[in-house]
Amino acid sequence: MRYLLTLASAALLLAAAVPTFAQSTSIHIDKPWARATPAGAKTGAAYMTIDNKSGQPDRLTGASSDVAKTLQIHEMKVVDGVMKMREIPGGLPVPAGGSVTLKPGGYHVMLIGLNKALKKGEKFPLTLVFEKAGKVSIEVPVESVGAMHSDMPGMGHMDMK
Amino acid sequence: MHRRYLIVAAMSAFALVAAAGLGLAFFGVSDSGAVRTGVAAIGGPFTLVDDTGKAVTEKTLAGKPYAMYFGYTFCPEVCPTTLFDLSRWINDLGPDADKLNYVFVTVDPERDTVQLMHTYLSSFDKHIHGYTGTAEQIAKIAKEYRVYYKKIPTDDGDYVMDHSAMIYLMGPDDKFVSLIRYQEDDASALAKLRKLTTMAPVS
Repeated sequence: MRYLLTLASAALLLAAAVPTFAQSTSIHIDKPWARATPAGAKTGAAYMTIDNKSGQPDRLTGASSDVAKTLQIHEMKVVDGVMKMREIPGGLPVPAGGSVTLKPGGYHVMLIGLNKALKKGEKFPLTLVFEKAGKVSIEVPVESVGAMHSDMPGMGHMDMK
Repeated sequence: MHRRYLIVAAMSAFALVAAAGLGLAFFGVSDSGAVRTGVAAIGGPFTLVDDTGKAVTEKTLAGKPYAMYFGYTFCPEVCPTTLFDLSRWINDLGPDADKLNYVFVTVDPERDTVQLMHTYLSSFDKHIHGYTGTAEQIAKIAKEYRVYYKKIPTDDGDYVMDHSAMIYLMGPDDKFVSLIRYQEDDASALAKLRKLTTMAPVS
């Protein structure tokens, strides 16, 4: 119970109270990025690679940011030519000692109800919530509207790994 | 016929549209470019309003081949990607780009007002026009073009849309020519668009 309450409070407190679980060293976020949004768009998407350095599986269960009202962890698929996008029930699993990549055409953190357009060259804060690692705060740089990867704007179909 | 009824039973009223979309998708995978098909006609009469508030019908597009894409502005990924790709291809076509019409039709008329469509499209190539309408008008054009779309409620009381994610390429006679799939490579998509420009009547 105490652990749960702590989890719900500030990340710093959490780190102090439960150092074995809450250290942000267990989760590393590589190459976070988001797409610039078209004018008037109410939604956006953030992408990244999540590395889980710990010996136990974790799960990305939520996110928050002051750029949007609601953030959800989504999976996007094109099935037989039809685009389907869904919130991942229970969050996105990150295997122990493994990684998962959020990228166009797959998983993304969906930003719903944007407070302002995401403009190329800007950054915004994003706090990710993991089941075990707790909160991880990052800065997300905004790439061009057609970007497919964090550092190769406009160049599709190139795998970073 | 038997199979179709089974599908209808298994799915919903959307099934027919979905099945057509499915067949089209499979066709799209195997097609090699600008090939006329024998499948049921895609395209037909519609009445909508463009992103400047002007009434439009199928006659607005008559005489020029056109590229038509169905999506919605609330879409975080597929729609902006597709419209961005299309913008790049239009740019690559150079002066020939003017031989075609380009239309983005919303499947979410509830949120996509004339004003929002106009604002949204200001981020893309100016050749692309936005069409919206009433829920009934959108249902009608989606049916004519065999487009599948469905509203999916989300936990927060909002909704997202499932929708067909391909660009339809139509001849100047309003007949289906070909389609460009989501994330089709540039060379292939451009070849199809170039082929489409050759179908434009000499002016």
